[in-house]
Amino acid sequence: MTTRKTETPKTAATDNFKIPYYPGCTLKTTAKNFENSAIAAARALGIELMEIPRWNCCGTVFSLTHDDLIHHVASVRNFIRVQEMNDYGLVKNENRLVTLCAMCFNTLKSTNLRVKKNAEDLKKINDLMYREEDYTGKVEVLHFLELLKSLGFEKIRGRVKKPLKGLKIAPYYGCMILRPQEIGIDDPEDPTIQRDLLLSLGADSVDTPYKRVCCGSYQTVKEKAIVAELAYDILSHARKEGAEAMATVCPLCAFNLDHRQKEVKASHSDFEEMPVFYVTQLMAIAFGLENESYGFDQNYVDPRPLLASKSLIKQQGS
Amino acid sequence: MQENRSPIMDRIAEANKAATTGIDAKDIKDWITIYIMGKAYTVPADLTILTAMEYAGYKFVRGVGCRQGFCGACATVFRKKGDYKLQTGMACQTRAEDGMYLVQIPFSPAEKAEYDITKEPYEASVFIKHYPEVTRCVSCNTCTKACPQDLEVMDYVQAAIRGAFDALSEASFDCIQCGLCAIRCPAEIVQYNVAQLGRRMYGRYGQGVPEHLRKRVKEIAEGKFKKDMEKIIKCSIEELRKIYTDREKEPE
Repeated sequence: MTTRKTETPKTAATDNFKIPYYPGCTLKTTAKNFENSAIAAARALGIELMEIPRWNCCGTVFSLTHDDLIHHVASVRNFIRVQEMNDYGLVKNENRLVTLCAMCFNTLKSTNLRVKKNAEDLKKINDLMYREEDYTGKVEVLHFLELLKSLGFEKIRGRVKKPLKGLKIAPYYGCMILRPQEIGIDDPEDPTIQRDLLLSLGADSVDTPYKRVCCGSYQTVKEKAIVAELAYDILSHARKEGAEAMATVCPLCAFNLDHRQKEVKASHSDFEEMPVFYVTQLMAIAFGLENESYGFDQNYVDPRPLLASKSLIKQQGS
Repeated sequence: MQENRSPIMDRIAEANKAATTGIDAKDIKDWITIYIMGKAYTVPADLTILTAMEYAGYKFVRGVGCRQGFCGACATVFRKKGDYKLQTGMACQTRAEDGMYLVQIPFSPAEKAEYDITKEPYEASVFIKHYPEVTRCVSCNTCTKACPQDLEVMDYVQAAIRGAFDALSEASFDCIQCGLCAIRCPAEIVQYNVAQLGRRMYGRYGQGVPEHLRKRVKEIAEGKFKKDMEKIIKCSIEELRKIYTDREKEPE
């Protein structure tokens, strides 16, 4: 087995409980605010998200073709890195892999399920990766929300220093953490996990039937208009139900709902902008963490005026 | 690769005398048969692939350089008898073995993007812009297996995708740009040129100007070497030759 140092995981010297964390490419680029706020919020809860050394792209988008194994190699290689973290004592007997990005979560978990069910597929993939130790099928892929749920929302409520009082948030789930059912972390028709989290932070959770409607996903690359129409429906329904902002855990949903508001405004004169949060940004505020972990610079619609109006952050100078 | 030098390298040097100094064939104890582009040749055992090919009569004008494993010019693809695997290496650093099937890949006609690093953004998008194929990486690791420098090539391609310029630069620092990774990549990525772009960006934006360089540039601008330069310009060829031979050299 070869090991070579490429990236050192950023960890604080704490007694926090350590768990392998898979970031994904987007969390290192356009969704840096999601990562920073999540790491800070997790740390406040006594959890150290330990970046998996030498992680690679999840493979983005689970391949549905039944003989297309090469597109599952990337996911499995990441599972081997989790095994190595245990081998080298970076984590202690911890086979859970936590993700933040909903797309990575879906891809990794789907592949994991497939190779756990099909010994022959796993053997082929292991054979191709003959330079690595074999993947033994023991890793468990978790979304960060599941980790929070297992911790208990009451514990999270106990950590809140600045309750998000009077902040009306519509949780948005999208597809990747709900479907297909064997991958989903919640009821695909009526998910509640983000609502429970928002309530524990002291916010008002606004329910909308659009919470599980597709955001348009990768259509955003070539068909901006389709995505803008979907974003218009999702956001204006939330507004109608009384929401002031939305919360999500998917960088692609966040991009489509937040950044595409530029196109929505162009095509709908009645449209009123609405901030879109990563739910972890709201956790960082409620936990009273330092401003650096919020990362609002990367949000398209600036949520600071709304937060200032609720006295959750200081009024902006400009 | 230098740590592998002895005793094998000494034996290779000894054996290479046959090719380099013209020792008589009757003095050679051990012989092997190699297949250069399919044709069998009997050559002294223990030669490098490069010198074995020269012994067989090939003359390298291009596709050879430093003969020390640094320049990356003599990329080789080979297969050993009884093995299905195609392997790669530098011809000057790999020992010819009995039953080896050999071919030289002196040049990779790979895509090399044109860019002005002063006008590029210091973020992951720079790779997608100039080498969009990087996103096709499926992490198969074929590039890493092909690397004669034993670099973690796939790791640095992955670092490029997420804009980790520091990790990319560190992992690719010893790249000799032989091009074997690109020749083998099923996703048609030009790894070594991607890495060069990354290192250039990191050098400009990630690392900052080192203090000693700043100081030296200032000294030069202030005319520190002006006098010496003027003296050299006025020298005759003979004087120049003497200055060159007597110059201060770094120890080998």
